[in-house]
Amino acid sequence: MIRTPLRPLARILDARDKGENPDAIERENIRIRHEQMRDQARQRAEGRLLVLGMFFVVAFSVVGLRMGLLATSEPQEPRVDGPGAQIHAARADIVDRHGSLLATNFDTHALYAQPPQMIDPVHAAQELAKIFPDLDAAELLEDFTGTRKFLWIKRKLSPEQMQAVHEIGDPGLLFATRDMRLYPNGQLAAHVLGGASFGKEGVTAAEVIGVAGVEKYFDDYLRDPANGSKPLQLSLDLTVQAAAEQVLYGGMKLMNAKGATSILMDVHTGEVVSVVSLPTFDPNKRPQPAVSGAASDSPLFNRSVQGVYELGSTFKIFTVAQAMDLGLVTPETIIDTKGPLRWGRHRIRDFRHYGNEMSVTKVIVKSSNIGTARLAQEIGVERQRAFLGKLGMLETTGFEIVEAATGRPLLPPNWSELSTMTISYGHGLSTSPMHLAAGYAAIANGGYKVQPTILKTENPPKGERVFSEASSKASMRMLRQVVTEGTASFGEVAGYAVAGKTGTADKPGSRGGYYEDKVIATFASVFPAHDPKYVLIVTLDEPVETTGDEPRRTAGWTAVPVAAEMIRRVAPLLGLRPTVEPLAVSDIKLTSN
Amino acid sequence: MRTFLYILTTLGVIGLAFWAYRENYATQGALAETRELRRDILDAHERLSKLRAEWAYLNRPDRLRDLANINFDRLGLLPLRPEQFGHVDQVAYPPDPVVDITDIIDVAKLNDDLSEAEQ
Repeated sequence: MIRTPLRPLARILDARDKGENPDAIERENIRIRHEQMRDQARQRAEGRLLVLGMFFVVAFSVVGLRMGLLATSEPQEPRVDGPGAQIHAARADIVDRHGSLLATNFDTHALYAQPPQMIDPVHAAQELAKIFPDLDAAELLEDFTGTRKFLWIKRKLSPEQMQAVHEIGDPGLLFATRDMRLYPNGQLAAHVLGGASFGKEGVTAAEVIGVAGVEKYFDDYLRDPANGSKPLQLSLDLTVQAAAEQVLYGGMKLMNAKGATSILMDVHTGEVVSVVSLPTFDPNKRPQPAVSGAASDSPLFNRSVQGVYELGSTFKIFTVAQAMDLGLVTPETIIDTKGPLRWGRHRIRDFRHYGNEMSVTKVIVKSSNIGTARLAQEIGVERQRAFLGKLGMLETTGFEIVEAATGRPLLPPNWSELSTMTISYGHGLSTSPMHLAAGYAAIANGGYKVQPTILKTENPPKGERVFSEASSKASMRMLRQVVTEGTASFGEVAGYAVAGKTGTADKPGSRGGYYEDKVIATFASVFPAHDPKYVLIVTLDEPVETTGDEPRRTAGWTAVPVAAEMIRRVAPLLGLRPTVEPLAVSDIKLTSN
Repeated sequence: MRTFLYILTTLGVIGLAFWAYRENYATQGALAETRELRRDILDAHERLSKLRAEWAYLNRPDRLRDLANINFDRLGLLPLRPEQFGHVDQVAYPPDPVVDITDIIDVAKLNDDLSEAEQ
């Protein structure tokens, strides 16, 4: 850069010649130079400001654009997430105790129509009526040509039907994806599983909701997406359940009963291994609830938990167990059984006359109403009520299907001494067979209360002690004698030492009083008697056994053979090997010369 | 020196830009692959659950019972009975293996030969 001198010699000399002050020239030059420097600095500063300004404009534009983009764009799932984070939107499966499927989901399609998009509604309606015989072509045409913009035609389609609808080729017929609840075993365990149906429906998906049984009881668990890969494991055993259903169905037909139920329960854990109620239904095509007639005539009615019946003589063992536990009697105590026993206007009779005196064991073996009523008199109202309450006979069972909440026992409105006497032999108190199973489990497992459950449980805590181990053992010996020499002689199954008690109760009529020729026959059994593992309740509704000269209705002729056959079929499946029964102590007699 | 630094920085920027460009596309590729794999997994899960449902359907007890009845002549399947439980000592042990005699050495003949040789 050429530096201009502040005092150029030529101009200085010139100024000196003219007599001017040469310093003025220097000052003038300094001024000019300063002006130049100032202009330069300003230009640079302006440039910097411009650059900085540009930077801020760009930065804020980027931020603003990004914000605008985020505000207007659709939210998106993160595309990269941790491995194994699988969210199954589907309802959780239900499996049995060994993991076999009882309920699962199946992809299917629903058919809907958008009439405004239809090209040939007449043809579509005719073809649809051909594919689905239950649809009416005229009604469909009315819907298609009316003002409707949208309508569901079919909830579930089979692949063949879907293909056939495709072949109609109308753009107004559309398919929606559906998750369908499938019960691959058909009628098996229908009352436990219940059924499912659709809740809120959309084009892309529909809500599957449980409508009965465990499906409804555990609806929240099954629907929770976090449980999608964790199936609900029940205590049922698929094989045992199938065998029990087959045997019970055969038994019901042979005994001309109109209904039947059976419960097989583990005496220690309260797990229900099999529960059957006949007649049954297919949960894949759950029938509509009956609107007329008795609820118990519908196949949806679950006799095992909803049916509260007076279960008759099966209750006698509770009275005897309590009397022994209170120390009132021993199995050998002699009871006065002279009949009939009068109480006010009522008379208590036995089925047959068994003599005027019997031991407590005989009272059970021969099933004497009078003997049990006498014991109940000694026990008293309060103690009996408290005892049955502890066994869980006075409330609902808490069994985990929704129907169980409706199986509330029917108690006498006024629990008088007469009620105590009738309840002692099973009349006046109506309970469900599930209550009875829990009660017998308590007798068999040494006196602990049992909570019936449908869930597989590993080591449940022991229930409250209801009575002593000794009275439990003594009761079991009596029940065993009922089978070996009493009313349940058809119940003997070689190798399984069945113990049990029969009960035949007259059915209460719809207008009060009891039917003469309609009974509920029950056999409550425990096996093996010397080491109780399972309790089996078989109840037949209105059975008649007609092979003899006159029709027989007692449980010993109807429920007991069915139960015996069931034990014969089911015990090997449960892995119980037939054993030789140890000799009862009472059978060993002292001999001396 | 300064010129050299400028060139080096420019080259660095170009290099980084190229690297970022490549990484961007590699990431997009990986994401696309993940998406595809995820869809495959989902499909496989669906197929699996469908197969499980079908397996359960084919193994339903009443169908097996019918099959056992239809094929009774060939299979002779009956329900399990208590009598079928046995003891371990009821199981027959396999018979002792028969010793296979080969390469017989005729001792008597050998003895004869020996006595002949002595003579």
